[in-house]
Amino acid sequence: MAQWLPKVRWAATTPVMDMFQGAFDAEVLSRWVLTRAHPGWLGLRYRDHGTDWVELELPWRADLVGDERRPVLASGPIVSLMDMAAGMSIWAANGEFRPVATLDLRVDYIRPARERASVCGRVTCYRRTRSAAFVRGTAHDGDLADPVAEVSGVFMTLDPARMR
Amino acid sequence: MSVRLTAYAQALGVSVAEEDAGPPTLVLEFRHDLEGRPGAWHGGAIAGLLETAGYAALTSELSAQGRDPLLKPINITVQYLSTGRTQASYARGRIVRLGRRNANLVVEAWQDDPAKPIASATMNILMAEPA
Repeated sequence: MAQWLPKVRWAATTPVMDMFQGAFDAEVLSRWVLTRAHPGWLGLRYRDHGTDWVELELPWRADLVGDERRPVLASGPIVSLMDMAAGMSIWAANGEFRPVATLDLRVDYIRPARERASVCGRVTCYRRTRSAAFVRGTAHDGDLADPVAEVSGVFMTLDPARMR
Repeated sequence: MSVRLTAYAQALGVSVAEEDAGPPTLVLEFRHDLEGRPGAWHGGAIAGLLETAGYAALTSELSAQGRDPLLKPINITVQYLSTGRTQASYARGRIVRLGRRNANLVVEAWQDDPAKPIASATMNILMAEPA
């Protein structure tokens, strides 16, 4: 159990502690990590996962547009979507929940999302070392082969013992 | 000239801290909606602040030149330098190169001391002049 977890205000009745034990399950964990804080505010949703990838969805929201002339999701929340899917892909690849911090994240915007479309982000953790994890992924609005954005990034594994 | 913030930037809670001379400085107060792991800013919220400050720097210069092109993001690379603590963050962009069709910017975000950035970003933005 990561030592920083007890700092969170746990509801006594929530079986949330169970989510962090045993084999990692992105779907089970997402019930907690996607319903609070920044991912909760954005309304991120779990879609699917594999052994080293996770796909999340950023539902369409009119107040998250980047240009009032077009009803299209801004690029900013797409970075949040990809950052979150990246972190979860690392947990999936690790097979356990261990806190990570983004070191570097690059996003290439291939084309704007379609009007009033939700955007999905699928990120794969393709390489892990003892302290770093390398990810790449694709944001799309329905067809993975017709991307909205491509991302690549590097995350650092945090040592829970040094997080006070 | 007053900075015009996008709906996303307003929903995030970004406001202008200073716009006297040069690129505007933006501020975002910390709140739970911007949190990642407990006690730290979410990387995506910091990226949103950086990107907004980049656009503010560019539109303020373009406006001074009498230009009003449609701006399209090409890419952004964000470097996370240290944990964003649970307090306000500031950001300001600088235009490295302003061409006819595209602009290159660097943006830094900080909390207490502008000389100690918590994150930085490099952005390329395409400018399409209205026909």
